[in-house]
Amino acid sequence: MAADFNWAVGGEAGDGIDSTGKIFAQALSRAGRHVFTSKDFASRIRGGYTAYKVRTSVDKVQSVVDRLDVLIALTPRTIEENLDELHEGSVIIYDGERTTMQDVEIPEEMIGLDVPLKSLAEEAGGAIMRNVVALGAACEVAEFPIENLDSALEKRFKDKGQKLVDNNKEAARAGRSYVADEYDHEFDYDLETTDEDYVLLNGDEAIGMGAIAAGCRFYAGYPITPATDVMTYLTGRIERYGGHVVQAEDELSAINMALGAARGGARAMTATSGPGIDLMTETFGLIATSETPLVICNVMRSGPSTGMPTKQEQGDLNQMLYGGHGEVPRFVLSPTTIDECFWKTVEAFNLAEKYQLPVYLTADLSMAVTEQTFSPETFDMDEVEVDRGNVVDETTIDDHMNESGGFQPHELTDDGISPRAFPGTADGAHMSTGLEHDEQGRRTEDTDMRVAQVDKRNRKVETAREREDWSPREFGDADADDLVITWGSNEGALAEAVEILDDEGQDVRVLSVPYIFPRPDLSADVEAAETTVVVECNEQGQFADLVEHDVLERVDRVNKYNGVRFKADELAAEIKSTLAEGVEA
Amino acid sequence: MSSDIRFTDFKSDKQPTWCPGCGDFGTMNGMMKALAETGNDPDNTFVVAGIGCSGKIGTYMHSYALHGVHGRALPVGTGVKMARPDIEVMVAGGDGDGYSIGAGHFVHAVRRNVDMTYVVMDNRIYGLTKGQASPTSREDFETSTSPEGPKQPPVNPHALALASGATFIAQSFSSDALRHQEIIQEAIEHDGFGFVNVYSPCVTFNDVDTYDYFRDSLVDLKEEDHDPTSREDAKDVILDNEREHQGVIYKDESSVPYHEQHGVDEDMSVIPDGAPESATDLVREFY
Repeated sequence: MAADFNWAVGGEAGDGIDSTGKIFAQALSRAGRHVFTSKDFASRIRGGYTAYKVRTSVDKVQSVVDRLDVLIALTPRTIEENLDELHEGSVIIYDGERTTMQDVEIPEEMIGLDVPLKSLAEEAGGAIMRNVVALGAACEVAEFPIENLDSALEKRFKDKGQKLVDNNKEAARAGRSYVADEYDHEFDYDLETTDEDYVLLNGDEAIGMGAIAAGCRFYAGYPITPATDVMTYLTGRIERYGGHVVQAEDELSAINMALGAARGGARAMTATSGPGIDLMTETFGLIATSETPLVICNVMRSGPSTGMPTKQEQGDLNQMLYGGHGEVPRFVLSPTTIDECFWKTVEAFNLAEKYQLPVYLTADLSMAVTEQTFSPETFDMDEVEVDRGNVVDETTIDDHMNESGGFQPHELTDDGISPRAFPGTADGAHMSTGLEHDEQGRRTEDTDMRVAQVDKRNRKVETAREREDWSPREFGDADADDLVITWGSNEGALAEAVEILDDEGQDVRVLSVPYIFPRPDLSADVEAAETTVVVECNEQGQFADLVEHDVLERVDRVNKYNGVRFKADELAAEIKSTLAEGVEA
Repeated sequence: MSSDIRFTDFKSDKQPTWCPGCGDFGTMNGMMKALAETGNDPDNTFVVAGIGCSGKIGTYMHSYALHGVHGRALPVGTGVKMARPDIEVMVAGGDGDGYSIGAGHFVHAVRRNVDMTYVVMDNRIYGLTKGQASPTSREDFETSTSPEGPKQPPVNPHALALASGATFIAQSFSSDALRHQEIIQEAIEHDGFGFVNVYSPCVTFNDVDTYDYFRDSLVDLKEEDHDPTSREDAKDVILDNEREHQGVIYKDESSVPYHEQHGVDEDMSVIPDGAPESATDLVREFY
């Protein structure tokens, strides 16, 4: 793998950190380089440390590492927060004229570049462009052609006029020239460009794009970190396809609006995070028992309660699997990469409609707010298939009537799947209810019908198990003795960890599982392995528990719940030590 | 839409289990007649019902319907109407459903002004749970859970609606069949959120707000010097604690319903077989 370059900009919330980082990431992407970004941020609008980190290489990058080559530090705390990642020869760009930075100490083994960011920005047209001056300085350090930055600046500012674009370009050049003129230093970096075209997007955006591609036309939600980007993405876009986004008064309302739209025949979705799922759980049983297709996206964050709202965790697995009173089937999908966020969203809509039940589509904070580059063909719209399941119209509805001519939306069938009639379908008028019901949807407490309807709902799961592909993704060494299993967003870090382990002579086989329920039967895989390690971002090992339940065998666990995602190098070390202990035991 | 629709077409074959004499019979009959009279039929009508005695209405009527969870009927109706502007949406619930557990949704549904009808079957009591105070119960109304009365003023739903920017506020009485039907009809025909609070007496648990009480005390705004297009007149009626009223209290004739405000006019149940044309543009935006 070609050398990667790790860059960050950090300061206080309100310093424009996010947009500065995004501009640099886009410049790299436009230059045909792969990019993987991450954010350190706090739940506040102003104040508090925040950083935007970019890892880039000409090869695919899909994880963060504990290394920082160039840091733009707008505050002293930015340096303190990143001391572990900075190394000998790391470059720190800062503005020594800024009051808070005057006495800043640059660690001896590192290179401090004192650049008058604000003054240079003012000369170029405004102090507000100081971060762009810093980007220009970074281009010089990294030997990265500044024209790529120009194109990102154009994208960012073109709506605000050519003058502003030109000023920003000038600001960037001022930063570049200052470093070239004032510092006679040979930096080791050379960010080569390629002819590749890449798109750069985060998990929330991939989910939103997947929803539109899949024909979702109605979205209702209530803002919550880190799911808000799904709503932001859809707003202004879904309308182009005849759809609509509603900001509801709360999550209780959001999910009920989505339910209403789904009963109206639309493909509908809501997205939230754990605290919102708590509220939505009130309506979950109704959706499931009325057999309404709905996609509920849960972008997980650290809990319980308000927890650490801007930190990573995969702690809601049990909530999605078991939330709600009574017993009723649901599907739980967990895309493992950002591009899979797109495809699994499409799949979630198809599964919801084919099996007429709620589908949890779960991502997590580190995937939701992380941007990654992909070839545009990754999202080939011609590959998108829409399967609406068993929907009847005026001509086919007659096959689903009872003796007295009533339509039967909960008809007892061999595969458990009943016909759906959208409002407006002649002779299809029917009731949907959270009460136990007969085939027509009318309330019943008849013991035989109760059992028949419960069995019918469960039969849909068995049908889905047979008809759909629930396979995990596999990589690493297929013949290795040791097996590593993970789910959700850990796949990227794990893929790179496997390369590190391989270099160190440790072979492992990896199964990355995007389906939590129904899920693949991993019995044979676990039984064949000498040691099995389940990697996940929670304390209790919720997926490991499921594996043990399925396989009836103990597995080892690697858990992280400090609010920070797994990093490739750290994960490799953890797996190695867990496997070593496993062998000793 | 067939023109020979009769109100009995909106009746299901389930016999209501409401207590004999319950106001809900009259409330429902008026709704069915108003729906038929305004040219709707069961296949283009969606009724959303909440929980409680009133919530059973979806079972006794024949139409597309959802009997949802307690207090959330309005959001469901909102979703149906946004996805299907071609469908007539009627939401029904009780005073507990609408003004207690669902009060938050009521305020926001009023603000949104979605073109649907909201009928609250107000009996000023919790009937299905056998007689506890409701948000519209009188301050001194003695119940099993409020032996000396709730000692709180009842919610004034009309005031709540007016303060939230309602475009149609009305009050009817289930026993005055003709007027009740007329008022519901006007709510259906209103361009926007048609809100009708219906006095629908509970003969089993409420011995205060009875048929006789309403018959004796109701003043019909139609027979008064009341201009329903005037917010001032509406305010006077709504804040008049001395008298009970029936009729259209307020009607904003320049009401612009949600779908016009937001340009939501497509039948969202119709979607393409694969990704929509030009979806590739979405990918390009990420360059």
